[in-house]
Amino acid sequence: MKHQNEYRDPELARLQLEAIRQTIDGYDGSMTFMEVCGTHTMAIYQHGVRALLPEQVRLISGPGCPVCVTPVGFVDQAVALARRADTIIATFGDMVRVPGSSSSLLEEQARGASIKIVYSPLDAVALAEKHPDRDVVFLGVGFETTAPTVAGAILTAARKKLDNFFVLCSHKTMPGPMAALAGDPELQVDGYLCPAHVSAIIGANAYQSLVDAYQVPCVVTGFEPLDVLQGVLMLAKQTVAGEAHVETQYRRVVKAEGNLKAQQLLAQVFEPGDARWRGIGDIPNSGLRIRAEFSHFDAATQLHVEVEPPVEHKGCLCGEILKGKVRPNDCPLFRTVCTPEDPVGACMVSSEGTCAAEYKYGT
Amino acid sequence: MKSDVILLGHGSGGKLSHDLLDNLIVPTLSGIGQRDQNDAAVLAAPNGRLAFTTDSYVVDPIFFAGGNIGDLAIHGTVNDLAMAGATPLAISVGLIIEEGLPVEDLRTILESMRDAAQQAEVKIVTGDTKVVPRGKADKLFINTSGIGVIEHDLQISGINAQVGDKILINGTIGDHGMAVLVSREGLELESNITTDSAPLSSMVAELVAKLGPQLHTLRDPTRGGVATTLKEIALQSQVEITLQETALPVDRSVAGACAILGLDPLFVANEGKLLAFVTPEVADQALRIMQSHKHGKQAAIIGEVTAIAAGKVRLQTSIGGLRAIEMLAGEQLPRIC
Repeated sequence: MKHQNEYRDPELARLQLEAIRQTIDGYDGSMTFMEVCGTHTMAIYQHGVRALLPEQVRLISGPGCPVCVTPVGFVDQAVALARRADTIIATFGDMVRVPGSSSSLLEEQARGASIKIVYSPLDAVALAEKHPDRDVVFLGVGFETTAPTVAGAILTAARKKLDNFFVLCSHKTMPGPMAALAGDPELQVDGYLCPAHVSAIIGANAYQSLVDAYQVPCVVTGFEPLDVLQGVLMLAKQTVAGEAHVETQYRRVVKAEGNLKAQQLLAQVFEPGDARWRGIGDIPNSGLRIRAEFSHFDAATQLHVEVEPPVEHKGCLCGEILKGKVRPNDCPLFRTVCTPEDPVGACMVSSEGTCAAEYKYGT
Repeated sequence: MKSDVILLGHGSGGKLSHDLLDNLIVPTLSGIGQRDQNDAAVLAAPNGRLAFTTDSYVVDPIFFAGGNIGDLAIHGTVNDLAMAGATPLAISVGLIIEEGLPVEDLRTILESMRDAAQQAEVKIVTGDTKVVPRGKADKLFINTSGIGVIEHDLQISGINAQVGDKILINGTIGDHGMAVLVSREGLELESNITTDSAPLSSMVAELVAKLGPQLHTLRDPTRGGVATTLKEIALQSQVEITLQETALPVDRSVAGACAILGLDPLFVANEGKLLAFVTPEVADQALRIMQSHKHGKQAAIIGEVTAIAAGKVRLQTSIGGLRAIEMLAGEQLPRIC
């Protein structure tokens, strides 16, 4: 934890804030930076970063919470699979409470469905081995940080010749949605705090095409409060200078080329495919599909279930919140109808969702 | 005890029940060979007001690092009595056992209950045992109720927090919740985290005796953690509480495990901790009392009551930011990216 305390040093934080103030001194206008990752959002709330920044610098939360950007149709499909006989749904905890069109996995569990919370996709493989007479479906949700572990699980299941392990795949990739948001005329993003751990996999170079196309500064930034402040400082410097490059603040982890081994693993099991992002819509090549070679592990094609037509909850502004267009307090449901105990939208469910963070830590 | 697992018959009220009671439960818990066959325990009426509390324990797993469901059930009820400023007198124990529980596990748990009661100087005076079919309960549930006597006329209560009060805690936060979590099947996290489960009645007795009316509020931050408990007190007393993040004692392993799992130690359960609100004049004295007690070595002053307000809790973060603290909503869930 020594490491953690070093990145929370009050004196260094004061110096960073002073440097940010000096950098923007005399700059005409405000600057809006988007923290892409849900972990950034949590860190910013948890440490009260927003209130420390000068008024000219605004941070908005982006689409980097995997649970939040998962479309309601995926939850419906998981619910339908949970109702299937002799099926075990294995999932990370956050997905269990996400409301679908008419039910959630938590409700299905209360009605008798078998839902197991796992901490690793390999635990789901172990479940399949332990229950050869049942189908185990792992819910593949997450970005490039999570997807390699799911690829590893599929390869393990293949090696063990398991025929009762499946993945319902909704993996998504960066920086597709960042480009979509950069091109959105309703939204002004002056710079991105690029995700820390996703970038450890895909590498800082992955953002170059975004910078080239939209002239928007990108700084790969860590998750500790001093990381965030330094990331903001680097974005402010680029903005004031009227420049746009890819820079890496999180140098202690992220390399320009990323983690080649993990990339290889991803490419072996998955191929790029179009993906639907909640609130943003369909983005070409922003998701991962299980390759034909491993299609016998693909729950979507192997296990046929009737899925109800997706119904988005009326009045829920999750979509707009995910694009950084509105803040949780602007949503009429926030804190009234939509609470962490009884969430309407995914942004309130995920521990990294903007609404959950605002609810828990907002002033 | 012929069988090495608990059978349905052990809860029948018949011969097997008598065998279980006479050969395991009563001698272990009471230290007395012969049980008194009456339907109720009869206690002498003490002088002073009575405090009465009940709590049920369903922790999973029943054995975790540093403790088990048995000592937890005693400590929890002893501490609930202590937080009212009461000296615990007597405890009842209700056991709901799932068929198939190994007798050796039950014995270990009962022995822990006996030891915990001895340490807290409280007697287990009555009890009940039921056995339910496999799958109808999870191994073992325990209910304990307790009676304590309040021998002073102080009003120690959640409504008594006052502006200027200093807030103390008797040690590191979040230990119990993380000890249980890392003991759970499926979470392969090696750690040396152990529960803080402990009786706090002797510490409270000393605080009451030495601080008198300068002691305003006591509460044990169990489920929902320190954050939820302080929010409750802020609401009850209609005050604003300001905490200092840098003053919060957090064990390094607990902080590390919380960071990995995406949890905030402020919201993680404790079972051997108390929060005390005292006037600023006696804050240092209260701190010394805690630190000289074996369950308070790492005690700290973590914040104060800063204003009259509609139940607000704020945290001054280590980098100088301020954030609001709300009650725990739902369960804390592990992160997924």
